[in-house]
Amino acid sequence: MTGTILRRLLSMLPVMGIVAICVFLLLHLAPGDPASIIAGENATPENIARIRTQLGLDQPVWKQFLVWLVALVQGDLGTSMFWGDPVSSLIAQRAEPTVSLAITTLLVAVFLAISIGVLAAAKAGSWIDRLVMGFAVLGFSVPVFVVGYVLIFVFAINLKWLPVQGYSPIADGLVLWLRNLVLPSIALGMAYVALIARITRTTMLDVLAEDYMRTARAKGVATRSMLFRHALKNAAVPIATIIGNGIALLIGGVVITETVFNIPGIGRLVVDAIARRDYPIIQGVIMVFSGVYVLVNLLVDLSYTLFDPRVRG
Amino acid sequence: MRIARFSRRNPTIVLGAMILVVVVLVALAAPWITGDPVLLIPADRLLPPGAKYWLGTDHLGRDIYARTVHGARISLLVGVTVAALSVIIGLGIGLAAGYWRRVDAIVMRFMDGLMAIPAILLAIALVSLNKASVSIVIIAITIPEIPRVVRLVRSVVLTVREMPYIEAAVSGGSRGQKIVLRHILPSTIAPLIVQATYITASAILIEAGLSFLGAGVPPEIPTWGNMIAQSRLFVARAPWTVFAPGTALAMVILAVNLVGDGLRDFLDVRLARRM
Repeated sequence: MTGTILRRLLSMLPVMGIVAICVFLLLHLAPGDPASIIAGENATPENIARIRTQLGLDQPVWKQFLVWLVALVQGDLGTSMFWGDPVSSLIAQRAEPTVSLAITTLLVAVFLAISIGVLAAAKAGSWIDRLVMGFAVLGFSVPVFVVGYVLIFVFAINLKWLPVQGYSPIADGLVLWLRNLVLPSIALGMAYVALIARITRTTMLDVLAEDYMRTARAKGVATRSMLFRHALKNAAVPIATIIGNGIALLIGGVVITETVFNIPGIGRLVVDAIARRDYPIIQGVIMVFSGVYVLVNLLVDLSYTLFDPRVRG
Repeated sequence: MRIARFSRRNPTIVLGAMILVVVVLVALAAPWITGDPVLLIPADRLLPPGAKYWLGTDHLGRDIYARTVHGARISLLVGVTVAALSVIIGLGIGLAAGYWRRVDAIVMRFMDGLMAIPAILLAIALVSLNKASVSIVIIAITIPEIPRVVRLVRSVVLTVREMPYIEAAVSGGSRGQKIVLRHILPSTIAPLIVQATYITASAILIEAGLSFLGAGVPPEIPTWGNMIAQSRLFVARAPWTVFAPGTALAMVILAVNLVGDGLRDFLDVRLARRM
């Protein structure tokens, strides 16, 4: 088992290497001169030259790539052009709100999505099923920021149940922390819930049609146990896969959600960097978020061994 | 009569398509059916929906009805162009990767890497390195969509190439290129049509997200995303400034998704996927 985990961890390296190449190529294949675009409209030639040196654009391409790769391996994501601080420490400083938001959303969304997906499959064809399926299409169609402003308008401005915007660190109290995360998590989780609920329903319907499910029913297994112990376990692999792939939705959504709810996390860092044309930050955050995506999907791959003994070999 | 039966069996396609036809017509007719979307009338700031301004005005006194109708143009243009470009490019790469083993190994590793980068961040990076324009936004959204098409096409090719009729064509002396174009390509069409609708929906969503974040088309062009971004501070006082473009956006994406889901059932393809 340890061997499998180690081997899979090593298999992450080539993928991350390709991510690094892609990100590097973005800067160097851009049609215009990145230095003058980053410098802005009214930049002096000296300014542009300074930025070019700062980004290492005056070096030959192969050398730039090696420098970027060596730094990357050492965990050095470059230096912010606006703040002058290392990108990695800027990201670390803003990690708490983003991690809080992502984890609360992930937990609630997965629990909710699997419950309603199983329910829809168990009552296939009923009004509950139609309601869940309707939600699944709708949840995938309404953008995060539209959901966000509707939630703010209804629950924060009109009903005054929850704070409008902002973030409260865990250190300042758990209740306050949670109250600030409720609305952003719902907005961010909507599409994710829709995606997982839909796959859960489809896979459960396939599994429920199997012969062994008929046997289980015939020998008198209670419905609840039949659904969750027998069927859901057999449906787990596709569901786990979509939970992993869907992380891309959460990662992309975090950037927008943090802007809507004014949460000072990594997403805000990127959005502020857009206006300031602080390219090293954008580049660094891409590397970190892609790494998270690859890692989560690796964990999902490893989780198959829990559900399906055939994968263990 | 066949039309009646088709609509009864595929209500989602018909409903989605009807919404889209109306939106396309409205977008095309925009200059004739609305006033000036960028005209500022400071005296008419933040007016609620009424007889003069059907959907009210924003904080600069611009007509939200005119802006929402004009915003449809960018959304539709980006959605359709991204879908067409990514399907064409992805189809070419996918056919080559699926049929020729040597191409496959390299290309698929590259696609795995590209898939790991969150689409919206990749687009932000591309846009921030270039002068804001509609074509840069289109390119920036197309690139992350390509791997999804490549994977789909490749999986079709891998299934089809083991079919007996391909073996027959090979033993009949057909060359690789002819086999791919004449015998394999047709099998990719049905799943690609469905995938193209999903890409359209996702491209409209990402374009709106980019505009919302200030990394989209130039801000003087009204889009649903930048309308929401510019009005977001006024949501408490003037909710219509945010909800008019928001509703339009959700409705169009919903319509495209309904058509996609309907086509998926109608054409019976299981390979096309949202994620």
